[in-house]
Amino acid sequence: MVLRKMGYLTKEELVNSNCYPAEERFNKGSVAIIECTEEIPCNPCETACKFKAIKIGKPITNIPILDENLCIGCGMCIAKCPGLAIFIVDKTYSNKEGLISFPHEYLPLPVTGSIVKAVNREGKVVSSGKVIKVLNKKGFDRTPVITITVPKEKLDEVRGIKRLESEDSKQFYSRE
Amino acid sequence: MIEKEVVVIGGGPSGFSAAVEAAKRGAEVLVVDENLRAGGQLFKQIHKFFGSSTHQAGVRGIDIASELLEQARECGVEVWLNSVVVGLFKEKKVTIKKTLADNSEKLEIIQAKKIVIATGASENAVRFKGWTLPGVMGAGAAQTMINVNRVLPGKRILMIGSGNVGLIVSNQLLQAGAEVVGVIEAAPQIGGYGVHAAKIRRAGVPIYTSHTIQEARGKKNVEKAVICEVNDKWQPIRGTEKILEVDTITIAAGLKPLIELAMMHDCKCSFIPQLGGWVPLHDKNMESTNPGIYLVGDVAGVEEANTALEEGRLAGTAIAETLKYISLGNARKLKKEIWQRLNELRMGPFGEKRMLAKNNILTAYKI
Repeated sequence: MVLRKMGYLTKEELVNSNCYPAEERFNKGSVAIIECTEEIPCNPCETACKFKAIKIGKPITNIPILDENLCIGCGMCIAKCPGLAIFIVDKTYSNKEGLISFPHEYLPLPVTGSIVKAVNREGKVVSSGKVIKVLNKKGFDRTPVITITVPKEKLDEVRGIKRLESEDSKQFYSRE
Repeated sequence: MIEKEVVVIGGGPSGFSAAVEAAKRGAEVLVVDENLRAGGQLFKQIHKFFGSSTHQAGVRGIDIASELLEQARECGVEVWLNSVVVGLFKEKKVTIKKTLADNSEKLEIIQAKKIVIATGASENAVRFKGWTLPGVMGAGAAQTMINVNRVLPGKRILMIGSGNVGLIVSNQLLQAGAEVVGVIEAAPQIGGYGVHAAKIRRAGVPIYTSHTIQEARGKKNVEKAVICEVNDKWQPIRGTEKILEVDTITIAAGLKPLIELAMMHDCKCSFIPQLGGWVPLHDKNMESTNPGIYLVGDVAGVEEANTALEEGRLAGTAIAETLKYISLGNARKLKKEIWQRLNELRMGPFGEKRMLAKNNILTAYKI
């Protein structure tokens, strides 16, 4: 298994674990992807969804199951996941581009409208993206959620952005 | 001599949850901790916790700590900080080197009815050539530096060990502004949760499984780390060496219970590798083989903060029961609920070994 050996999931592993929404569902708009395939004792995503689209039940080590017909892609689950493993993908944004929303617990935060480097699950830069939204609501409890545009064909791959360098760290690293 | 109904040694999550549980039922509780601040390792845990949403999952460790200390204040738990338990004698006499308000020290002997040992665990070292160079440190030490003292231990860091501690601290080092050049793991597979590994992989940190550290190089402090592959017999494979430019090497190779006080008091111990090594035995109330002495948290077998909190509640409830602050029936009901939660936390592929080991403790206790 790639996850246990390399530390990241592949789309194939997610599809095999029944953790990936169907293409027909993607065609209807925003939907959550819960990239959580191991039986770990954790269930905050279940109560985070007010549409009851996420099911874990008892015991809490069950893998979360998304009812993709109940999910409206609101993204309220993203910041609630301690594993930072939930993403929202919208494949219907425009003809060429789609949207991906992901948790980003690194400072500084990108600015809306800026161009960022989009990375895949391995941390490799696979495209550039434009920041559409940076949400850091009180209820997110210091887990900012960022939404960027990426080319449609990269939507199954992109899961974050390259960390931006802060002025502090620039100073720190140049203080040789 | 001062008299206290309950003396809790160690003010981390398990100690404080035991203190709160006993004190809110009416017991008179003193918590003694050698640190300047209470809360144990919780104040280093800036990440959101796993667990059940009915019990603070999704809440950051730092916030759980603040709430726990607030609860302790509300129910009148007395706390002595910067104070060390230096002796534990028969008839439950606890000798404490207490630091007073003017920073002078005084030796106090306390007659307790019940004692809770919540001393936690210490980090394991890994020995390799150059391991005494400045810049080689425990992952827990690095975590204290960044999250409590706000000091970066280095700029380029190699993490040894891919259990949850290694993975989580790697991410927190990134958050603090360091570069983590890699995580190495001697086993062929990553030790911790996939979601924690996935976080640092997305952030560009490579994880080298089947790799070990051979040497730390440098004149006055760490300048380079030599790593290499290991075969299925854990032996280094010649010719696979890689040299990494690093200034810091952090070690996350597990923890072992701090059992000295329990041993001083003749609590029966057993060697259980899955729980970190020598562990004092306990029953379903977390009571040791020495009646009236309870063990909670990592000292009773290394696990994590959620189980530590629940074990503390278990001991606190059992103590309130034997001190007759709650009825037998009520205590039985409460303890059953706590056990259900503990069992849930120990389910799944990451918990089942600990569950089995904990059951072995309960069985060994009876023999």
